[in-house]
Amino acid sequence: MEYEVVIGLEIHVELLTESKMFCGCSARTFGEKPNTLTCPVCLGMPGSLPVINEKAIEYTVKTGLALNCNIAPFSQFHRKNYFYPDMVKNYQISQYDLPLCTDGYIEVEMDGHSRRVGITRVHLEEDTGKLVHVGGAGRIAGAEYSLVDFNRSGVPLMEIVTKPDIRSPDEAKAFLQKLKSILEHLRVSDCNMEQGSLRCDANVSIRPMGSKELGIKTEVKNMNSFKALQRALAYEVERQKEILGQGGVVEQETRHWDDVKNVTTPLRTKEYAHDYRYFPEPDLVPIELDRDLIESLRVSLPELPDARKKRFQEQYALSSGDASFLTSSKALGDFFEECMKSYSDAKKVSNWMMGELLYHLNAANMEIDECAVTPKHLVQLLKLIDDGTISGKIAKAVFEEMFETGKLPQIIVGEKGLTQITDEEELTRIVELVLEENPGVVEDYRKGKERALGFLVGQVMRLTKGRANPQLVNKLLRERL
Amino acid sequence: MAISKKEVEHVAWLARLFLTEEEKERFTKQLSQILDHAGKIAKLDTSKVPPTSHVLPLKNVFRGDKTRFSLPREEVLSNAPKKEDGSFLVPKII
Repeated sequence: MEYEVVIGLEIHVELLTESKMFCGCSARTFGEKPNTLTCPVCLGMPGSLPVINEKAIEYTVKTGLALNCNIAPFSQFHRKNYFYPDMVKNYQISQYDLPLCTDGYIEVEMDGHSRRVGITRVHLEEDTGKLVHVGGAGRIAGAEYSLVDFNRSGVPLMEIVTKPDIRSPDEAKAFLQKLKSILEHLRVSDCNMEQGSLRCDANVSIRPMGSKELGIKTEVKNMNSFKALQRALAYEVERQKEILGQGGVVEQETRHWDDVKNVTTPLRTKEYAHDYRYFPEPDLVPIELDRDLIESLRVSLPELPDARKKRFQEQYALSSGDASFLTSSKALGDFFEECMKSYSDAKKVSNWMMGELLYHLNAANMEIDECAVTPKHLVQLLKLIDDGTISGKIAKAVFEEMFETGKLPQIIVGEKGLTQITDEEELTRIVELVLEENPGVVEDYRKGKERALGFLVGQVMRLTKGRANPQLVNKLLRERL
Repeated sequence: MAISKKEVEHVAWLARLFLTEEEKERFTKQLSQILDHAGKIAKLDTSKVPPTSHVLPLKNVFRGDKTRFSLPREEVLSNAPKKEDGSFLVPKII
């Protein structure tokens, strides 16, 4: 039977505020020593009172506006009651029936066509503490005990929930990439998946093609990269197809993605009633946002990826594909625009970014703003190619070196003597040597085998370690053949 | 009875309260009386009364995004029954 895949995502984003959601502790907690950024409020001490961080509200409203949501004229915080050791108060301050933003959408491009993915809601809550499980390979099942660090407790956390509009693991990845780029352009979060400032859970189900009813879903957690998201969902879809194919029934449960073993496994939790007994947070009064304030935030929104893409196409005459790539993250777009301040060929910059730069970033598992290559490096390299100092092939080797060492291309070319050989006399000597050593190939060429020329060019390149000017080599060879 | 013994057991578990049989019986009766009493309000026509979550005539109480000092770790951990490496140590979760 043919199945349709139905995926909805739930994305948690730590906001890039200075201080926490309800207290003045620093919200920049990653990498800090455990339990050094807490106070009576975020430790849930009796008698302490939360006060809403205005910036977090602003960031959430901006996000809602960027995601085409309605901004609630009246909004409220609720207490979500449950017990878990990473939570100090035995309730989380969250939002329930009156979230800040509702009913938006994102246009997601996939293979050249655009699809609209609905956003159910965007709400604000507080993050929990962090657990480190000791024993049992670091997973909760089998651990002997756990250590709790409450630094993250109370960091503003924005939750974005999509409608079940996503139809494939690839589309889920494309959606998340687009969302991340929007959030980066808004500067509301650093969206670092590995450090956990952007976390994504997925609800996955399948149903017979054409059916209107939703199948039984599983919730997949622990996908810490785009690759993990795509692979985990693909695995889960196949697993469900197999179960249904054998006449079985999918069990509604939460499953954990294991990035090493490439499987999802049921997440064992203590018997856990989804009975959160939400009630209005009595310590926080409602939020009634003024229409004028919302409109002024709307006007203040920065250029977002879709607009930036359009501008790149118009201003730099780039193809839709190139412009999409360059706006797929804020850092890529910024890198590109910085290059264009001192270089004019947009297509060349784009090609090198999409080619060498992306290749090396992926290989090193790095983000563009973490690597040693800056726009200055790339522009200098392109200029060295343009003025004939180095060949395109040598440039790739120089790129690799500057990616690793951060040295400027001019320095690398100087140190390694990579300058292109354009001296006709020097090249003639080498060309003649190659012709002498390969009489058979020369014969082939003279008999009309055009490809033999390529071999001879290759030999000259080998002897000059790629430094010979290719046009000149061609000319010299043809003259002698 | 406005509430069953089973519901009392469920609510007790959600609050991690461990009740004796005698307590369960007693609370079922008492909670039922409370619910019956509150049920009188449900009989009133409240269609024109907005739900009240707060009695204070306040809205939009915010603070600026400014950091303040946090507590020293020794103090934070001083109430912890068990600690290790600057963290609270909690027993096996599952």
